[in-house]
Amino acid sequence: MSINWFKYSSPATFYPLAGKLVPWFAWLTAILTLAGLYWGFFQTPDVLSEQKEYYRIIFIHVPAAWMSMWLYFVLVCWALAGLVFNTRLSYMMAAAIAPTGAIATFIALWTGAFWGKTSWGTWWDWDPRMTSELILLFLYVGYMALQSAIDDPRRADRASALLAIVGLVCVPVIFWSVNCPDPTQCAALHQRSGTGKMESNILIAMLVMVFAFWMYAFAVILMRVRNIILERERHATWVNELLETEK
Amino acid sequence: MKPRHKRLIFVAVAVVALGVAATLIITGLRSNVSYFFSPTEVLAGKHPKDAVFRIGGLVKEGSLKRIGKSLTVQFIVTDNAADVTTQYTGILPDLFQEGQGVVAKGRIGEDGIFQAEEVLAKHDEKYMPPEAQAALDEAAEAKKNKQQENLQ
Repeated sequence: MSINWFKYSSPATFYPLAGKLVPWFAWLTAILTLAGLYWGFFQTPDVLSEQKEYYRIIFIHVPAAWMSMWLYFVLVCWALAGLVFNTRLSYMMAAAIAPTGAIATFIALWTGAFWGKTSWGTWWDWDPRMTSELILLFLYVGYMALQSAIDDPRRADRASALLAIVGLVCVPVIFWSVNCPDPTQCAALHQRSGTGKMESNILIAMLVMVFAFWMYAFAVILMRVRNIILERERHATWVNELLETEK
Repeated sequence: MKPRHKRLIFVAVAVVALGVAATLIITGLRSNVSYFFSPTEVLAGKHPKDAVFRIGGLVKEGSLKRIGKSLTVQFIVTDNAADVTTQYTGILPDLFQEGQGVVAKGRIGEDGIFQAEEVLAKHDEKYMPPEAQAALDEAAEAKKNKQQENLQ
């Protein structure tokens, strides 16, 4: 007996599956966001040892920054799968992830600027983590630009997949670039962070928001991949049959 | 060898190469990124003359004072070996504290006082309310005492 692992790699079978999953992820997003923000605003201390209420931006900032890195990693996994197995759906998934990843990166940079102005005293600084996060934003934008610049979708997929893979080098750099125990030695404004140094309510609220961001990403990416499937497979018979029945 | 296997090998090699590149960048960043001068370097005259540069270190304990009724503050940036007196007119960032890390951008006047145009504070990522931090410190202290008792 052999299981057909590639069954759901066919756009025709994945399209309805994605459609069934979207509402679940959308509901989970709404519930987790409400829960996370409630916990973050009303169950956490107002004043920390050094920071005041503005620290609460981490409930958006940290999940967005984590998502920006994770989504890039997932995008590259799909691009790799596409290069190795030549499956159309893999490339479509990669293409669907890019805009959401770019938005997460932008939110991380934007909220970070607000936080940085109050606490560090500047909107922007060429700290290693901020610089590499900015490069990540350019990578997302470059990926999308390259994809839309080449007319032949197969060539566009392969070229942009290669770009995405090379850009993966940025993700571990963002993650590990700050590790400076002695402030007199290096200029990084971000300092080593650890969940162990967090008060438990703050940690709970932050993790709930991380899950909320994940669910949002799943919902939006699946919606977008459905659009991409329809657009690219518009000449396939199953799409035409589907459109006939929906009329 | 199937074409699929060939591509898989190509991709595996690419990923390994990226890993090596990332490791090199990270080690490079950790050891080399210092785009500021320490007070020791400034006193030794290694900083650029007549140009804006950055000085970094800790705010010396007990050195922060306001000059008159103005917005100008004066503090000492130290690396525990040398001290540089710094003046800044403006609102200090929220995380600015004595004993904490600071990076200031500006130039040194003829009187040897660093005139800062911008002051950046560094933070530690301890997200703890004061009470919880006190409790943690107490627990750590108790543990330490207990260990000492055991040693005796």
